[in-house]
Amino acid sequence: MPKREDINKVMVIGSGPIIIGQAAEFDYSGSQACRALKEEGLEVVLVNSNPATIMTDENMADRVYIEPLTVESIIEILKKENPDGLIPTLGGQIALNLAIDLAETNILEDLNVELLGTPIETIEKAEDRNTFKKLMNEIGEPILDSKIAENIDQAAEIAAGIGYPVIVRPAYTMGGTGGGVADNLEELKEITARGFKHSLIGQVLIEKSIKGWKEIEYEVMRDKNDNCIVVCNMENFDPVGVHTGDSIVVAPSQTLTDKEYQMFRSSALKIIRALGIEGGCNVQYALDPESFQYYIIEVNPRVSRSSALASKATGYPIAKVSARIALGYSLDEIENAITGKTTACFEPALDYVVFKIPRWPFDKFHYADRDLGTQMKATGEVMAIERNLEASMLKAVRSLEIGRYGFYLEEFRKMTDSEIREALFKADDNRLFVIAEALRRGWSVDKVHQITEISTFFLHKLNNIINLEYKLDANKNKIESERELLKRAKEIGFSDSEIALITEKSEEEIKAIRDQLNLKPVYKMVDTCAAEFEAETPYYYSSYEKVNEAEPTEKKKVMVIGSGPIRIGQGIEFDYCSVHSAWTLNEEGYESIIVNNNPETVSTDFDTSDRLYFEPLTKEDIMHIIDNEKPEGVICQFGGQTAVNLAEPLAEAGVEILGTSVDSIDLAEDRDRFIGLLNELDIPVPAGEVAASLTEAEKIAAEIGYPVLVRPSYVLGGRAMEVVYNAKELEEYMKNAVKVSPDRPVLVDKYLTGTEIEIDAISDGETVIVPGIMEHVERAGVHSGDSIAVYPPHRLTENLKEKAVEYTEKISRALNVKGVVNIQYVVSEGKIYVIEVNPRSSRTIPYLSKVTGVPMVDLATKALLGKKLKDLGWESGLVPEKSHFAVKVPVFSFSKLTQVDTNLGPEMKSTGEVLGLADSYEKALYKGLIGAGLEIPRQGTILATIADKDKDEAVEYIKDFAELGFKIAATEGTAAALNEKGLKVEIVKKLGDGSPDSLELISDDQIDLVINTLTKGKIPERDGFKIRRSAVEMGIPCLTSLDTTRAMLKVLKEIEHGERIEYKALQDYQK
Amino acid sequence: MKKAKLVLEEGSIFAGKLFGAEKDSAGEIVFNTSMTGYQEILTDPSYKGEIVCMTYPLIGNYGINEDDFESFKSHVNGFIVREFAEEPENWRLQKRLEKYLKENGITAISGIDTRALTKILRRQGTMRGIITTENLSNDKLIAKAKKAPGLSGRDLVSMVSRKTVEKFGTQNKYRVVLVDCGAKNNIKDSLLERNCEVIIVPASTTAQKILNYKPDGVMFSNGPGDPEDADYVSETIKELLGEVPIFGICLGHQLLGRACGAETYKLKFGHRGANHPVKDLSGNRVYITSQNHGFAIKEESLAELDLELTHINVNDGTVEGFKHQKYPAFSVQYHPEASPGPEDSHYLFDQFVEMMR
Repeated sequence: MPKREDINKVMVIGSGPIIIGQAAEFDYSGSQACRALKEEGLEVVLVNSNPATIMTDENMADRVYIEPLTVESIIEILKKENPDGLIPTLGGQIALNLAIDLAETNILEDLNVELLGTPIETIEKAEDRNTFKKLMNEIGEPILDSKIAENIDQAAEIAAGIGYPVIVRPAYTMGGTGGGVADNLEELKEITARGFKHSLIGQVLIEKSIKGWKEIEYEVMRDKNDNCIVVCNMENFDPVGVHTGDSIVVAPSQTLTDKEYQMFRSSALKIIRALGIEGGCNVQYALDPESFQYYIIEVNPRVSRSSALASKATGYPIAKVSARIALGYSLDEIENAITGKTTACFEPALDYVVFKIPRWPFDKFHYADRDLGTQMKATGEVMAIERNLEASMLKAVRSLEIGRYGFYLEEFRKMTDSEIREALFKADDNRLFVIAEALRRGWSVDKVHQITEISTFFLHKLNNIINLEYKLDANKNKIESERELLKRAKEIGFSDSEIALITEKSEEEIKAIRDQLNLKPVYKMVDTCAAEFEAETPYYYSSYEKVNEAEPTEKKKVMVIGSGPIRIGQGIEFDYCSVHSAWTLNEEGYESIIVNNNPETVSTDFDTSDRLYFEPLTKEDIMHIIDNEKPEGVICQFGGQTAVNLAEPLAEAGVEILGTSVDSIDLAEDRDRFIGLLNELDIPVPAGEVAASLTEAEKIAAEIGYPVLVRPSYVLGGRAMEVVYNAKELEEYMKNAVKVSPDRPVLVDKYLTGTEIEIDAISDGETVIVPGIMEHVERAGVHSGDSIAVYPPHRLTENLKEKAVEYTEKISRALNVKGVVNIQYVVSEGKIYVIEVNPRSSRTIPYLSKVTGVPMVDLATKALLGKKLKDLGWESGLVPEKSHFAVKVPVFSFSKLTQVDTNLGPEMKSTGEVLGLADSYEKALYKGLIGAGLEIPRQGTILATIADKDKDEAVEYIKDFAELGFKIAATEGTAAALNEKGLKVEIVKKLGDGSPDSLELISDDQIDLVINTLTKGKIPERDGFKIRRSAVEMGIPCLTSLDTTRAMLKVLKEIEHGERIEYKALQDYQK
Repeated sequence: MKKAKLVLEEGSIFAGKLFGAEKDSAGEIVFNTSMTGYQEILTDPSYKGEIVCMTYPLIGNYGINEDDFESFKSHVNGFIVREFAEEPENWRLQKRLEKYLKENGITAISGIDTRALTKILRRQGTMRGIITTENLSNDKLIAKAKKAPGLSGRDLVSMVSRKTVEKFGTQNKYRVVLVDCGAKNNIKDSLLERNCEVIIVPASTTAQKILNYKPDGVMFSNGPGDPEDADYVSETIKELLGEVPIFGICLGHQLLGRACGAETYKLKFGHRGANHPVKDLSGNRVYITSQNHGFAIKEESLAELDLELTHINVNDGTVEGFKHQKYPAFSVQYHPEASPGPEDSHYLFDQFVEMMR
């Protein structure tokens, strides 16, 4: 029986903001699903609070609600839309949890909404540890001898029974939040306390630790006819103990015999059948490396991060197929889109090796605890495809964009043997590189295996790379005559730059030698069937093989450079831009070519562009593709800093960079040239100079006056940027944070306190369209990505708006911007200054496009193809502002990263964002905050600890909170200030001054909201740090900015006055 | 390692390295898309006469162990891989693949673009070829490849069939005579697991001799080559039809078909892998199956016969199974015993046991 005829309108729940443990993979799955549903002629309603996604595009669903993902809002939307069905299995754990909560309210029965695909009982069976355990026992599938604890005493008793070490996992969470391995009672208490808080049902699971076993994953699908297939299996490089999201993963499995492979296959199918899942499911196993004994670690009854990886690794579109299954199709009724001839009811055969490495945020969070365990810490991941494991690994390494192009790394060569040994023991983000260094020192594979428990199979592969390093080194004086050696090096994935480093030549020299020896890669196709059937999918990877399958077409073509892995500062927004650019290219009659390496994204779906190359984003890798495809031009402005950084090297190699010229990019990024230009244009900038030494810096700071903003000139994107308030702090910064030298000077700028505003403009060099102005709620100094931003600005005067638009037009024309440009301004004492110009797409483009209705990437792409915006019907200037408000609220993943200060500054810390849309600013802000997961209390106790500089202002707000009925607790100084204004508050002791202190109150759950502002200066303020940290860990909202505090107060006042929150589709706002 | 070449009769020459036995080899070049199970594939007698190319590029990763042999030795005429593992890892590992191939006299070549080779075979069909270390001109090499033995016109079954009778599980409930046309071990094991006594007899065993064992059922196994060349077994089946329940697998399925009047033909590039979807027409369920065959039953030829089509291949619609409408006899083109491959179709052995009840 094919598709059900009784379903006409379906609601899909998205996964909300990007946080650690839930990244872009659900934009990929949601978008695929929405498209599949629309193809079936259904009316699709989508709810997702994340505006940076493709899935929240107006054309992805008939009704797009960018609204908070709460039970309250979903119910309201269900009532309004009255869909026939609801699909909750494509929006990650967030959507799944919502479905469970919705089921409890009976709203689905009341409105006659059917849950499509996997039934709610199944979700509950898989998610509730007790029922799941029971079911597994019934079907004879081994799960760990584990017990559920609902309080700490129970936990201690269970752990004593099992014996340490034990693993603690909270029930009903995502990304392993709050879990960990406890070696003793002390650790157990700490971890379980956190676990209870993070579990939606207040349960933690305690089980035997099987650290060191092999970790294996299976992605399986089932339809209503009970047909089951395995899409892909995967073997983790890291043994059990590291969260699978933080593990290096290889697909397919490498060291399993067919017996083991089929043992797990049969087990996984048994499980998906017993649970009754209709759609995709992920099963994780631990396998004893010395026997057939295994345990099931986890089952995800939904599309997951692993299924995104499996989809990209095999070409099998799991989300699309899942959506069709939910509509009633059976697997054999669904076409295999890759071959067009076979059906979705088969198991992909790979003829290549896939290597995934997580991307961790430790480059941004210097003080974060880098150890990897059961709590996921990665923000994104890269995937590489090659015909052998070594090459796949090396490609993945260079895709990470962490400044490493191989394993020949100075920083690790400095380590002592005992440091190496220690680093091997604890898994952290650098372990792969440490292993390489150990092998380079001649440590045997067996020795490394004993310490790390990583399979010797993988270690030998790594050793092959090291051995080749030695061979290259030994032949460095005659490398030009060593064709076989170079061929081998290229075959196993060495980049030219790596070979150059080892042989002490330049990358160009190696390339010349390689050209001489005629060594170049070919491209192979990902076709789901190992070439058994003809496939037309233009999904390619490079390999140093014989036959090229990526025959270029005769069409005119343009390449779009993607943005690589999701990381802090470069998120899903850039994937949105790349995808839209490819779509426009297509409409304009060009063949679009996307190059990217992020398996979680829409851009790496094989049907997004005309041709997809899954490759590292380095000059060499891209030049190979360009040599093969010979595109008319390359677009570098949509793939974030990754793509912008490639513009110059590609241009040098003779590639036509479409849009804003490389020289203009340089002009915007080179400080001296940039200041020169602005002076010429008579546009003000904050005073500042370049300092090559501490003395110089001190001199400049004294001249322009503290506070000053300091940052290294050679790092982009806010890294190592700080505001310093006095000479002492400046000295501290210059000595510790950066190593200043004439080659690596430091920029010292006047730090202007004021309102920051941001503009994204589209320009063809003549016409400059300003779709909208965004105003930041936080004062300047907080990174724009971490700021709450409001469209349209509600505090900016018309006069200043005009000025900002005028400056934007001037700068765009002066830089001859073709495409998009992002400009940040600060308004200080009635004057507007330019802080930064980014001649590329910014993270605000997706949401601004959605709220203003201006198709920004589409227009920009047309402009950089040479079209005139005027001819397209647009004129210069600010597009008339909409009557509704849009508030973008950043979302942080602090609860996953211990030891990171939650206070905001010039360095970006947020991982994602949500949007609040409403007819008033206050309601939009409220929705934004709720959507960001802040549990805004309507009553309760506020803990206030305010820095002296903020006391006057803060006192007013706190008084108002008290008037709303909040109880106030405050530390001594703050309490005194409040008393002075006639407000009686509970005095809380400072840390160390006795009980009860602020930390105790927080951990006793007596506080509902924390207002804590940073003491002036940067000196680690230990009490504040601890307070903020424990608030994060206890899930209590913590406000560190008075601006947000004031805004929130306003919202609460409105609600107090009985205002109601309304929910509207994007389509309704555009009317 | 010695340099070697793989030469196809259509003229392609792939340069690689020899890694098994140091001798030249000739045969029909086929490809298998299984990602695991090379040990089972190497020892599956159905590959007699064939040089097998593995499409998965890393082969030998877990070495060779004691337990996963499907027969007492390797039967392939040659083995082609992109890369073989020099440092395998698995707890059951006994020896490296390379060593096993050398010991078994199997010629193997590595380092070739196996995907390019697979595409040639897919487009032009499986074909003759050689693996050679000879330093001859291309023309001479191609001429040699053209002379490689094909699969038809020779009795490959008798080369792999046991010469003597073997009995297993003599205390078990049901007595099954397994006619060994090149049987994989797991057929026997699957029967033993289901309380069957298994008497394995040579393929040439007459019907009368089989009936003399007083079997509850007779199985015809998988095996190599063109079913036409094993029609002596079809004759045996003809005599047994109606006398005793019959179950045929792979070649056994083709022979049962021929015994009933069906025709067989050679597929362009066959089905060899562990991911072939087969639809059971009785319940509309699809099973993922393990397959290894180059010949198949012509569907049109079933029209007037007493055979009912029960299974078809979801990919290309070819015949995957049928049952006799009058007598207790059925067969499938694929491998319910798996090894290697999915275990979805074990239920067919249960059906056979049911038939013997």
